[in-house]
Amino acid sequence: MSGSRPAIEALDLVKKFGASARQDPAVDGVSFVVPEGTVLGLLGPNGAGKTTTVRMMTTLTEPTSGTARVAGYDVCEQPDMVRRSMGLTGQVATVDELLTGRENIRMIGGLYGIRRRDLARLSDELLEQFSIAEAADRPVKSYSGGMRRRLDLAVSLLAAPPVLFLDEPTTGLDPRSRNELWEVLRGLVAGGTTLLLTTQYLEEADQLADAIVVMDKGTIIAEGTPLELKQQAGNASLVITVSHAEDLAIAAALLRKTGAEVFVDAGARQLTAAADGLVDMTRVAGWLRDSSIEVDDIGLSRPSLDDVFLSLTGHRAEPLSVSEEETA
Amino acid sequence: MTTVSQPQRTQSRRPATHRTNLAQQSWIMVKRNMVHTKRMPEMLSDVTTQPIMFVLLFAFVFGASITNTGGPSYREFLLPGIQAQTIVFAAFVVAAGITNDIEKGIIDRFRSLPIARSSVLIVRSVASLIHSSIGIVVMAVTGLAIGWRIRGSVADAALAFALVLVFGFGIIWFGILIGSLMRSVEAVNGVMFTVLFPITFLANTFAPTEPMSHWLRVVAEWNPVSSLAQAMRELWGNGPAAPPSAQLPLHHPVLATIIWSLLLTAVFAPVALRTYTRRTAD
Repeated sequence: MSGSRPAIEALDLVKKFGASARQDPAVDGVSFVVPEGTVLGLLGPNGAGKTTTVRMMTTLTEPTSGTARVAGYDVCEQPDMVRRSMGLTGQVATVDELLTGRENIRMIGGLYGIRRRDLARLSDELLEQFSIAEAADRPVKSYSGGMRRRLDLAVSLLAAPPVLFLDEPTTGLDPRSRNELWEVLRGLVAGGTTLLLTTQYLEEADQLADAIVVMDKGTIIAEGTPLELKQQAGNASLVITVSHAEDLAIAAALLRKTGAEVFVDAGARQLTAAADGLVDMTRVAGWLRDSSIEVDDIGLSRPSLDDVFLSLTGHRAEPLSVSEEETA
Repeated sequence: MTTVSQPQRTQSRRPATHRTNLAQQSWIMVKRNMVHTKRMPEMLSDVTTQPIMFVLLFAFVFGASITNTGGPSYREFLLPGIQAQTIVFAAFVVAAGITNDIEKGIIDRFRSLPIARSSVLIVRSVASLIHSSIGIVVMAVTGLAIGWRIRGSVADAALAFALVLVFGFGIIWFGILIGSLMRSVEAVNGVMFTVLFPITFLANTFAPTEPMSHWLRVVAEWNPVSSLAQAMRELWGNGPAAPPSAQLPLHHPVLATIIWSLLLTAVFAPVALRTYTRRTAD
């Protein structure tokens, strides 16, 4: 599925804000390549430099040093060609609230220089494709968060750009809208579009990305396929929830017999230890039964990208949050 | 490139595009502003109901207590002053528009498009000048209704209106600067009202400067707004030439207005553009 030509190249991108030499750069020497027709997930916590990286690659911010190429065009030398070759959906839905959905699409289409007749047809198609046809002639003010996002994405796709940048495209969306958006994005990639998306949601990167770049404090701290990154995080762990808090100490002692370090979460009556797969689990289950310790749950937990993130950065990624309901 | 119609997803084919020029880009965005006004007609209240209200309040409340000393009536004196105030507030309109565009993120959308980066500023500036011009017309009509008259030649009258626009062009840079600095429209409101009201009142706009204390009079007469008001009064025949005791600009009000407009542009344009670029590009 991957072409060999790079659609996006970041070449030692550096961005410093302010003149102060003591201040750490927001982005400090970021390089990566995204082959044509693939999806790169740019992962990292708030303030990692993801947005600044995207803004440099989309000509919104000039790099302090280094450069990037989009569809073969240099963002510093040929910004106008870059703008013709890419679409951008930013963190905030950049649509005009007083205009209707259709007027938004027509305005941006006009600015792209799409001919009037084509634009009428194209806007109908996009409104249909993104399920905003019914609300097309209502001012965007009345749209839900999910609809605004979809409209924003529709606007980004007007000129059918070969490269699409999405900065936290599903932040603030409820799970249903998020799934819908993922479906649309998969369709785009199937059609040959190259995607770069930033996200704090590990699940999102896992679902969509062919390759992942993890950023923290302005630098790349890991990269690889989702599978490679998960393998880096090491073994599975054994998680036991005992039924009675007074059994915690005995259960922990039993678990230590496997030779692993045991983490005790007294509040949740939960014990966690690195495990060597099913063998350990069956052994421990036998010991617990022999000692008549009741358990609510016993299971193996494979490392998620969340664990990868934790082991790389020392802190967890932001939890999934649903802040907006679909009210259309 | 041609557009091939096929029953596929939109992304699989690219629509034919042509290069747009600055005028076309600006026109598309001006249409956006016109839709805004249509959807929120109250956006026009500052240049429709408010000017009428101000003209009537000043004319009847203050005008009643100001005795006519043989010269033109207070209403004739007032109208050019209030016109000057209106054009100064064009700075407020442009500032609010720019802050709003930045705040809502739509500036990023425009900046990601293959269009001239100056187009957004040009459109906001032109739109605010048109906006304020509506106010100028509404007030002129209101003035005519209560006894204000143009007593000069047609050419002089036209020159006075042209000076209003020239001055508006100069003051708009100040608006672009404030609009690029502020983080919310509420902040723009706060700053602009504290700055613009003293500027428009500490002048010859609503009352003659002669009775003011010396230092206040000097400040008022060097205020660019006074030059504009004086120029309009002379060109429209609404008042006599400045007395010999007046400061230099008021003796050559038309020239002074042009120089002030150029100075405002020279001082504020570079810093406004730099601030705008830095604010939107970082």
